[in-house]
Amino acid sequence: MSEPTLSEAPLSEALLSTVDERAVAAGVPPERPSGIGPGAGLVALARRSWRWLTSMRTALLLLFLLAVAAIPGSLLPQRNLNMDKVRDYYVAHPKIAPILDRIGGFEVFASPWFSAIYLLLFLSLVGCLVPRLRAHAVALVRVPPEAPSRLDRLPAHADGLAAQGDPAQVAARLRAALRKRRFRTVVRPAPGGGFTVSAEKGYLKETGNLLFHFALLALLIGVAFGSWYGYKADRVVVQGADEGFCNTLQQYDDYGLGARVSPGDLEPFCLTLNDFQARFLDTGQPADYRASISYTVGDSPAKSTVIKVNDPLRLDRARVYLVGHGYAPVLRYTDRYGHAQTIVAPFLYLDNNKTSSGVVAFPDANVDPVKGRDPNNKQQVAFSGVYVPTSDGTHAVSVFPAERNPILVITPYRGDLGLDAGIPSSVYTLDQHQIDTGRLRAVSSPLRLRPGDSARLDDGTTVEFLGTRPWTALTVRYDPGETVVLVGAICLLIGLLTSLTGRRRRVWFRVPSVESGAAGPVSAGALARSEYPGFHAEFDELVKEVR
Amino acid sequence: MMAALSDQLLVYAILAYTLAMLAYAVEYSFGTRSVVGRVATRELVGAGGPLLPDATDEIDGDPDSDAPAQPPAGLADPRGLPVGLVGPPAGLVGSTDVAGSVGLGSSVGLGGSVGLGSSVGLGGSVGLGGSGGLGENARLAALAGRAALALTALGWLVHLGCLVTRGLAAHRVPWGNMYEFVLAVCLVGATAWLVLLARRPHLRPLGLFVTLVLVLLLGIDGMLLYTKVVPLVPALNSYWLKIHVTAAVTASGIFLVGFVAAALTLIRTGYDEGKVRFPYSLGARVPAADGLERTTFRIHAFAFPIWTFAVICGAIWAEAAWGRYWGWDPKETWSFIAWVIYAGYLHARATPSVKRTVATWIAVLGWAAMMVNLFGVNLVIAGLHSYAGVK
Repeated sequence: MSEPTLSEAPLSEALLSTVDERAVAAGVPPERPSGIGPGAGLVALARRSWRWLTSMRTALLLLFLLAVAAIPGSLLPQRNLNMDKVRDYYVAHPKIAPILDRIGGFEVFASPWFSAIYLLLFLSLVGCLVPRLRAHAVALVRVPPEAPSRLDRLPAHADGLAAQGDPAQVAARLRAALRKRRFRTVVRPAPGGGFTVSAEKGYLKETGNLLFHFALLALLIGVAFGSWYGYKADRVVVQGADEGFCNTLQQYDDYGLGARVSPGDLEPFCLTLNDFQARFLDTGQPADYRASISYTVGDSPAKSTVIKVNDPLRLDRARVYLVGHGYAPVLRYTDRYGHAQTIVAPFLYLDNNKTSSGVVAFPDANVDPVKGRDPNNKQQVAFSGVYVPTSDGTHAVSVFPAERNPILVITPYRGDLGLDAGIPSSVYTLDQHQIDTGRLRAVSSPLRLRPGDSARLDDGTTVEFLGTRPWTALTVRYDPGETVVLVGAICLLIGLLTSLTGRRRRVWFRVPSVESGAAGPVSAGALARSEYPGFHAEFDELVKEVR
Repeated sequence: MMAALSDQLLVYAILAYTLAMLAYAVEYSFGTRSVVGRVATRELVGAGGPLLPDATDEIDGDPDSDAPAQPPAGLADPRGLPVGLVGPPAGLVGSTDVAGSVGLGSSVGLGGSVGLGSSVGLGGSVGLGGSGGLGENARLAALAGRAALALTALGWLVHLGCLVTRGLAAHRVPWGNMYEFVLAVCLVGATAWLVLLARRPHLRPLGLFVTLVLVLLLGIDGMLLYTKVVPLVPALNSYWLKIHVTAAVTASGIFLVGFVAAALTLIRTGYDEGKVRFPYSLGARVPAADGLERTTFRIHAFAFPIWTFAVICGAIWAEAAWGRYWGWDPKETWSFIAWVIYAGYLHARATPSVKRTVATWIAVLGWAAMMVNLFGVNLVIAGLHSYAGVK
């Protein structure tokens, strides 16, 4: 920071960062026009670029670009939010979608151009902050500067104040008054006799300012750390001790690991859904969800707890969130050899009233106990259809999310389910290719089954709808960067408040001495280095201390 | 029953604000600038400011101007116009800002300054023909100004009642869906306006525009966004609702007043630059641009940390509810955009090489982002924050 000069007065409204002073503070020497050879030109270019990058105008431009660049992220479907919507967009706009995809339109916040903007912004920030930090560190240990020669040209000044006592006494009195107001004060003997009192206050403003901007850097580091060392995985868990799962990648429906996470790093826990309760208002609006679970971590004994929306299970290095729920119909199929199998298949809900669709597959049905499986004439069985928790009696659409009048409408299929090809396929739909090629055929028209109902198929086999079990969609997450981000956010807020409420100002008094040894008329001046409405009132208060 | 009462009160609140707006408009049309400012001040001095009792400490000096509290000494500013602001003339104290701090003091009588007004003239922008006609208009304006104040305060009380009864009916904080959110934002906006008016009586001409925004928002709210009282969905059932949403409501309401101040700063600046077409023609009765610009800044500087707090709380809540503190959900994205724009405004304002007009435009842009976040994200773009409840 330079000495206060008169030209600084109109510029004294710096709030967060008066960064037009950036280049000066950075200690970059003025460009020399000389420069011999291509190297000097490059250096000059680099210096100019750096100065441009760290200027406030560039920072503002980048800030504005960042805001604009975020807009497509809210208008276009994003992969990280909803893969299905991206797929829908591809179907709806087959021409534009691939182009948008290539420029990162569906992953805006991971796209090179979005990253480029914020990285440049942070680079600009560092380029500004480091010199400012150095300057502030110097300012913090320095005593307030000597009074300017002409106090009457400062924004606030007072002349000819009659003082009582000798100059040293007056100076001491002023110093005490300033110190009481927490000014950093220094008294210097003046060359011609008498004293000058210099005082400065409001260093916290710049401290807060720097804290705010460094907290932004901390946020970025925390986010990066979390994305490298964190992971996320999703899993549908049906109620029942036989349906539990463990925190290993094989058991997940979907997962994403950070760049520095290996499968072995996952917190070793296993979890079972014991019970799930959903409460609804008569309008169908959900009122409360509770999932009772039991879990073990490593070799420790099993514990039980309840997880709810807003209330996840928090383990040391993983958290388990309740993010959805639905119904899993339970079917018992007795094949032509009299072999009965019971399958629980979670159905995916299609609407808020939990009209759910899915497939209950019996790939091991109709295997001759003597001859074994006949690969050329598969007699696998599956039931595909919808589950309606509350039927209005006629339509296959639910009118309420709880099970008030449940009905299962399913079509039986027989043939080759196409599971042996090794191609990953949805467990919620039948392989349409197998149906189209006639390898999997519908056996009859849809069956309408209530819990407890059973039906006989054309080959004499039977299917019984035993009821449903609830399922919950759980998300397992770990983000080690969170603590850094949280601390960064708190520091950011503290820094912001300090920088917005802090007011840097300087006050000077000149106490001359007259021949009799008494203090002559005292003059005073003050300079607010940031916008400060109470500046003059404070100065007037201080001036009263002279007497 | 409480719910029905709340609905009734909303109608009455809108009615009161509309009448207040009309009264502001009458004062705006018939009062000269000096009258508006002076009457506002005089009421506070004379009647002890029954509506705004804590305002008296502001009378002697416009706290915006870096000027000591002194009795008013000058009647005309350097441009020869009697600008009826509170505060001492700039020339005496060497303040760097001129326009905002010049004006008439409370001790100057109404009649005297009317004479001054007609003798010096106001650039012909208001019909200052004869003294008699002006006096008539001034009396009407003064009456309208008082009525506007009373109606705003009444509207605020009814508005508060509307929100309280809504909360009693729902047995929870009354900001659980979009209808209630807008209701609460407007209440904060009205509160912020009354507080601002108490501290800066000379800003009363802004009342026309503040009430206009309030009536528009509340009208849209009541007609298009109305939702019956229902309990919260599980995702909202958290104490973070009280913290995060309250902070968001507070910041939004204060930004609302900040937006009006920013827009009028631009209008007044344009008017001063000689632009005569609408909306710059409105600038004639708007308080001086310099002081208004500083007020704009201070409102935003007050609201910005609250908005920051709201976003941080939202992130903490998102961690508990959705498993991640930030996921670029549309609401998060637009909160971020608004935050970045307002941060840009504060930085631009602190940068001497950026013109104040440019900075003020950025503030207006910030409010536009807030509106997209409220209406666009809630009604058009689907996301996790789909709590509008609007069918």
